[in-house]
Amino acid sequence: MTTATSTNTAARATPTTGYDLPHGLVWAARDAWNEAGRHMRVIPRNMDLLIFSTLQPIMFVLLFKYVFGGSISIPGYDYTQYLLPGIFAQTVVFGSSFTAIGLAEDMQKGFVDRLRSLPISQPAILIGRTVSDTMRNTLTFVVMLAVAFLIGFRFDGGLVRGVLATLLLLFFAYSFSWIQALIGVSVGSVEAANSASFVWMFPMTFLSSAFVDTRSMPTALRVIADWNPFTIATNASRALYNGRNPGDTVWQALLWAAGLTIVFSVLATSRFRTRVNR
Amino acid sequence: MALIEAIGLTKRFGDTQALNGLNLSVDAGEVLAVLGPNGAGKTTAVRVLTTLVRPDAGTATIDGIDVLADPGRVRSRIGLTGQYAAVDERLTARENLELVGRFFRMPAAQARIRAGELLATFDLDEAADRAVKGFSGGMRRRIDIAMSLVARPQVLFLDEPTTGLDPTSRLVMWDLIHDLVTQGTTTLLTTQYLDEADVLANRISVVDHGRVIAEGTSAELKAKLGGYVATIVFADATVIDGARATLAPLVSAGSSIEVHASTVTLSVTATTTTPQITRLLDGAGSAPLDVRIEPPTLDDVFFALTGHRDES
Repeated sequence: MTTATSTNTAARATPTTGYDLPHGLVWAARDAWNEAGRHMRVIPRNMDLLIFSTLQPIMFVLLFKYVFGGSISIPGYDYTQYLLPGIFAQTVVFGSSFTAIGLAEDMQKGFVDRLRSLPISQPAILIGRTVSDTMRNTLTFVVMLAVAFLIGFRFDGGLVRGVLATLLLLFFAYSFSWIQALIGVSVGSVEAANSASFVWMFPMTFLSSAFVDTRSMPTALRVIADWNPFTIATNASRALYNGRNPGDTVWQALLWAAGLTIVFSVLATSRFRTRVNR
Repeated sequence: MALIEAIGLTKRFGDTQALNGLNLSVDAGEVLAVLGPNGAGKTTAVRVLTTLVRPDAGTATIDGIDVLADPGRVRSRIGLTGQYAAVDERLTARENLELVGRFFRMPAAQARIRAGELLATFDLDEAADRAVKGFSGGMRRRIDIAMSLVARPQVLFLDEPTTGLDPTSRLVMWDLIHDLVTQGTTTLLTTQYLDEADVLANRISVVDHGRVIAEGTSAELKAKLGGYVATIVFADATVIDGARATLAPLVSAGSSIEVHASTVTLSVTATTTTPQITRLLDGAGSAPLDVRIEPPTLDDVFFALTGHRDES
């Protein structure tokens, strides 16, 4: 064997004696952070993706405000002030689909095998993914807020409530990232993840108070829409943005987000552990 | 003690019995090639040994540590290069290497230094800061192997390291692996290529239908199966009839002597030597011009063991 063999001996793989690497919660957190960093550092390199994932909500804003806005009237609300919290909520929840698609891609391409063969905390792989997608969602949110302000949306409830409403929606979307994580580790391909992550979110976000008042719906739909956690989160943030009384919706929305996070992080992690692909 | 040990591994996926009582053992410093056709269970065996798949039955240890009971400790000792280049395409080559270093608990500075060393070794200096997305197949495979070496693992697993590479990249990869293993990295590699096992490994386990059907050094395997072919060239075709009778006792059971013009070929056992043939023929007055004995190719070995030809 003679050809392009390197003569750099310093870098050669000198076998070491076996040693155990440190582990524990602190290291697991570091693993999750490193894994999140892997995804976050490529966000600015893929501006196309960021721009297009922001374009869609902007289109929705313009469509609903200028096309439907004239014929939809919500008693006691200016439609822009009513609509935009709904669009925000829908956008960040849609944004959670990145988790399913990204995870499916990493699994399909074998990168997850590499990660699983490394001495890192296994849940950190999923945590890193969900955290980085929330960061991406935050960026999208900032762009969307800027557009919203341009077309006349205001934090009528003041800055503090506006920020709280935003954080609430991001947390709510974070809990959906865990549903998406379960989908991502369960489906076999990126294509399947693409539809499986989206298809149920359309009825969920439209059968809600995001775009219209649920009281205008037929009874059966209204019952579903009122129960829909997406309605609750939308109502909570809408009340906060507009300085209205949110009633029980804020803590209900937080409870939903916490519950979904706990249940689906457990499910996704255990599915991830037992997942066997060849 | 064996650094890699698998005893009675069994694994079924639906209707497919991927592993069916597989035994493997690799000592420190050894290179074992697991040779077999597609679907023989090679990849599943690697996945069990690298903690990615739980077997239905059997035990596996790395450096004496049980793969099932203590996967975390096993993972800190192994390096894995899977069948498909497991590289984050969005990142640069350097970032991929540093990431693995960070996951191996290296401080940032150390991870950076180690990445630099590997980039130099694997001749990826120039491409170091480009996204892997634009790399050729050979470059991807190199960065993939480099990633499995970041922590200087005790045990290295290479699952079909050259499958899908063009012939040139394949030779480059052979050089790299040859370099690695001659420095004593205990290695288990799987391959469908008989020549690859011959070139890179000390020992070969031939796997078919989830179990080892033969094992030994390349030479041992060949000897065990016979199939050595002696080719004898005569200056004068008229002596051939006489030579036939002289050579008859040397012919392996079940085969015959073939004659093409002034050339005679026959199957002999591994213990037959060229001087032996020359002496015999000289004594019988039919001196040959040239006598050669060629070992069987691993292709022949595989055919003899499995009854089917490897398609590659």
